[in-house]
Amino acid sequence: MSNRLEFKIWLAHRLSAMALGLFVVVHLAGMMIAIQGGVSAQEILGRTSGNYVFGLFYSLFVLAAATHASIGLRTVAREVLGWKGWSAGILIICFFLALNIVGVSAIGGLVL
Amino acid sequence: MINMANNKQEIKVTIARGQLGVDFESFTVPYDEEQTILDLLTHIQRDVDPTLSYRFACRVGMCGSCAMRVNGKPRWTCRTLVRKALQDGELRLEPLSNFKVVKDLVVDMEQFFDKWQEAKGRFEPSESPVQEFAPIKPDNAKRQLADEAIECINCGCCYAACDVVASNPDYLGPAALNRAWSLVNDAKDFAGPERLKAVSGDGGCQNCHTNSQCVARCPLQLNPTRSIAGLKKEVSLATLKGQI
Amino acid sequence: MNTNRDKKEYWASFVQRWSGVLLALFLPAHFTVLSLVLQGEQVLDGFLYWADAPIVKFAEAGLVGLLAVHLLGGVRLLVIEFFAWKEWQGYLISVAGTGAMAAGCLFLLRAF
Repeated sequence: MSNRLEFKIWLAHRLSAMALGLFVVVHLAGMMIAIQGGVSAQEILGRTSGNYVFGLFYSLFVLAAATHASIGLRTVAREVLGWKGWSAGILIICFFLALNIVGVSAIGGLVL
Repeated sequence: MINMANNKQEIKVTIARGQLGVDFESFTVPYDEEQTILDLLTHIQRDVDPTLSYRFACRVGMCGSCAMRVNGKPRWTCRTLVRKALQDGELRLEPLSNFKVVKDLVVDMEQFFDKWQEAKGRFEPSESPVQEFAPIKPDNAKRQLADEAIECINCGCCYAACDVVASNPDYLGPAALNRAWSLVNDAKDFAGPERLKAVSGDGGCQNCHTNSQCVARCPLQLNPTRSIAGLKKEVSLATLKGQI
Repeated sequence: MNTNRDKKEYWASFVQRWSGVLLALFLPAHFTVLSLVLQGEQVLDGFLYWADAPIVKFAEAGLVGLLAVHLLGGVRLLVIEFFAWKEWQGYLISVAGTGAMAAGCLFLLRAF
């Protein structure tokens, strides 16, 4: 294992942060427009079904958010709890994969 | 409170003794308006208790030997006036945090200086003799970056103040990384990518949380956080370009 | 005795860390709710009906506030780390705090 792995993990955290900066602004603005007058499943689906741009945008969003959140939690586990072993690594990878699977399948449900 | 006894003002000074950080001893000493904390320690050692240990050399803010915690904050004691550091007429002197204590107010600086070497905080000349010397003019942008970081006297105040060093003993720390940054900007230095690798290992620049405690405590008003941010960017670009 | 906490940068990094942890832990719940759509519209609608309660809306506004403070604080960090250091960047902490409050309030106005 390269001894610069830690730096590359940090860099992935920052690069995903840059992407999220853009995604979150669009997402927050979109939500504030969408929630007016309440939301229903039918209304949401009416907007998302067959909307592949929506699907692509949110798939990338999920990937960036999962990357950013997993690395952030890993750092906190290491620095606050001192938890650095392989058990922490496996748990973080599972968290990353679970977020991607649940997130992307939800988008699939909304778009397809 | 500052006490008046025999028409002379006195203050109470509590000093950490021994090695374990649990023993403290209080002294009541005469208070002098223009006295530095180092003067006060010299008074105690010469006139009250010769077994008190503390470290100093130059007494004028050049050598970086005399730093310790004064009322909780790391400071250089030779340039800190007692009247400016007093809180409720009392002083509490302890060895720097994040260092191993040798005795009383003296800490072991070995790991601190080892990290300077680890971060390649040392000038690396070119391997073969240089034929033409690079002129480094005062208005050169890189020279200005190096100038901003170069006045460090290795006192260890930033290292003692750093929250990241406290939670991760492997972290190279603000002083070593600040030194590396001044060399990265030195056109006459030839360490190149090797130094960028040295500052981005497990204890490297990416650990910095930009808390700026080092900036708050540097007696020379340097900005190690800015230097570390410079390293982060430089190493990131080199990594993305595949140079290191 | 820790008297090393008198810089606003310390508190900025404290807020950044713990807002990030809360957001990371919220993500799985958020994705799970969206994936309810896979089980049919009425399941998602059942949740949305529950989510219409005022207390949930206040909690959501809190989340929007957390997201906004983490976003703006993160922009401050990226500016420091990837652009030149400037003294005015200290003000970005105040901007992050104010912006987060504003985003939370704006969300509440839209939600009711």
